[in-house]
Amino acid sequence: MTSITLVKGLNMGLRKALENDQKVVIMGEDVGKHGGVFRVTDGLQKDFGEDRVIDTPLAESGIVGTAIGLALRGYRPVCEIQFDGFVFPAFNQIVSQLAKMRYRADGHVTVPLTIRIPFGGHIGAVEHHSESPEAYFMHTAGLRVVACSNPVDGYWMIQQAVASDDPVIFFEPKGRYWEKAELDESATPDPLHSARVVRQGNDATIVTYGPTVRVCLDAAVAAEEEGRSLEVIDLRSLSPLDIEAVCASVRRTGRLIVAHEAPVFGGSGAEIAARVTEKCFYSLEAPVLRVGGFFTPYPPSRIEDEYLPDLDRVLDAVDRAMAY
Amino acid sequence: MTDRSARRRPPAWDATPAVATDAEGTLGGGLAPTPEPDLVQLLTPEGERVDHDTYSVDLTTDQYRQLYRDLVLVRRIDAEAIALQRQGELGIWASLLGQEAAQIGSGRALEKDDYVFPTYREHGVAWCRDVDPLHLLGLFRGVNLGGWDPNEKNFHLYTIVIGAQTLHATGYAMGVQRDGAESAVIAYFGDGAISQGDVNESFIWASVYNAPVVFLCQNNQWAISEPVERQSRIPLYQRARGFGFPGVRVDGNDVLAVYAVTKAALQDAREGNGPALIEAYTYRMGAHTTTDDPTRYRIADEVEAWKLKDPIARYRRFLEQNGHADESYFTSIDQESDEVAARLRKGCRELPDPAPLSLFDNAYAEPHVLLDEERAQFAAYLDSFAGADDGHGGHASTEG
Repeated sequence: MTSITLVKGLNMGLRKALENDQKVVIMGEDVGKHGGVFRVTDGLQKDFGEDRVIDTPLAESGIVGTAIGLALRGYRPVCEIQFDGFVFPAFNQIVSQLAKMRYRADGHVTVPLTIRIPFGGHIGAVEHHSESPEAYFMHTAGLRVVACSNPVDGYWMIQQAVASDDPVIFFEPKGRYWEKAELDESATPDPLHSARVVRQGNDATIVTYGPTVRVCLDAAVAAEEEGRSLEVIDLRSLSPLDIEAVCASVRRTGRLIVAHEAPVFGGSGAEIAARVTEKCFYSLEAPVLRVGGFFTPYPPSRIEDEYLPDLDRVLDAVDRAMAY
Repeated sequence: MTDRSARRRPPAWDATPAVATDAEGTLGGGLAPTPEPDLVQLLTPEGERVDHDTYSVDLTTDQYRQLYRDLVLVRRIDAEAIALQRQGELGIWASLLGQEAAQIGSGRALEKDDYVFPTYREHGVAWCRDVDPLHLLGLFRGVNLGGWDPNEKNFHLYTIVIGAQTLHATGYAMGVQRDGAESAVIAYFGDGAISQGDVNESFIWASVYNAPVVFLCQNNQWAISEPVERQSRIPLYQRARGFGFPGVRVDGNDVLAVYAVTKAALQDAREGNGPALIEAYTYRMGAHTTTDDPTRYRIADEVEAWKLKDPIARYRRFLEQNGHADESYFTSIDQESDEVAARLRKGCRELPDPAPLSLFDNAYAEPHVLLDEERAQFAAYLDSFAGADDGHGGHASTEG
């Protein structure tokens, strides 16, 4: 067992991926000598060379577009988008080109691309550095969308994403990059697209992912002191959604709260609420409630704590759900 | 040199052109006439073979004839596709009329291992890569989204979002480079695409990584209704200089010149000398697509002037004057083109509509539970009509 940060877990996972498959290449801005602005690729160029850990020109569409070309040639690129808010210049390449390519080619080609995106707030950053754009990609057929929440998942999930023959949008909670956990490299990881019950409970289910998992776990501890038993599920995957894991929990608890940093309107929580309502309508004691960002652009960082769901807002939603 | 007295819109290529303003004082009144840039030409519009200091071709009679056959057949296929669209068999068609030499010249310059990234108008290049024209029709008829195996033909799918494929080509070329392979990649695009960020980014990537990719821009003068002056103040081939690699303008209606220039650029790329930009100076004789009416934005005189530079008529005169082919050969090619067109027409009409459940196929390489659930639900829904004789039921997926 080794104690590692999320940054280290991702770094170790990428190293494994580079070792296991000579076709894996890493590309992005500052990923080489610099090791990435969050140091996720630290030391990789030194060990694997400039042909495999590629410092690119500063243009996101170019990063993803050329990665698609490399994938068509048989490579397995891992692109780093430096911050969530910088992915949009690459949006056409991801949504119109990457996601559709296999479908358009009647399955004759695969484009195994992983696009890593540090996402979410809580780092006191200037604008465009704290966003949660996952719903845009969830909405796009052809992509897989996952979000890790802790160092151990970071280590395993990045390797699984790179090994996937489909394009994977890989969200990393940058506010949790420096949190630590114990890694057992000999363990067998869960499948990439499976949700995980991270705390068992009976009174209500809280579904979340990425940076908000820790918030919800803290909320569950606080709720327990008040005599309430909350189940917390780390979704881990947004496309596909492990909706059966959520439903299994809701059938026991009868109540569901979905929490994420992204704006509630049109967010992943809306999809989860609709599916749970359809699949376990008669188990629900209350409507599915959502906690998340507001329908505003991401606010100035001095008030981001008001915008982001915290322990109290999660528990407020639990109170409202229990009141039905 | 070419008689260019009929030109309506001479290209601006001076580094500091005078910019005119219109009555409202806004930019866009057109650029002042400027000198002709160097245009690589091996055949005049009259079919006279001329020499060039840098580029040359010396083909056998059979090879010269092959190029003629290609030119005539792709024009015939194109005409047939337009007719099929008019008859409701195709949803839309993007005609290559006028650009046959630019496409056949460059397409025949490719080696087997080279890889092509086309736009949606490269029917002539597709022909050179042995892509069945029926596959092209399938796309425009709506029975598939391409359908051919890109890796079998080394010819990628048509790309419709303008310029996006230039980045794919460049990335592919970076892969070729990493493999140590001796092949090149060619990216096709048009004059409108020169304004796209992706095209400019691909120039940067190709340049800084010295990728073995040739950018072939068919400047057909029009991006739907917008003349090339709306895209650039300088000739397009001169853009290359700013990115740090060579650019050349070739007479896009001269199949021999396009062949020679492309062959040289591809060889340079294969030998590790990096990218090049070829501007094939040509003209879109037809509409942008079958939905377009070019009389709304361009004058007939311009089209008439370009008819005098027709790529096939000029090449036929060259073959005649040099004894490479006679009337009986031309007649035989015309007959063959009619046969190809007839087969295409028949094949197009017989293209089956895809089975309803096939719409779920190949969205993912690996199982996706949501999609699998939707497929199962839709199959059950379709089956609920079984026996109702409404044509909905009983279709099987093409995939398990």
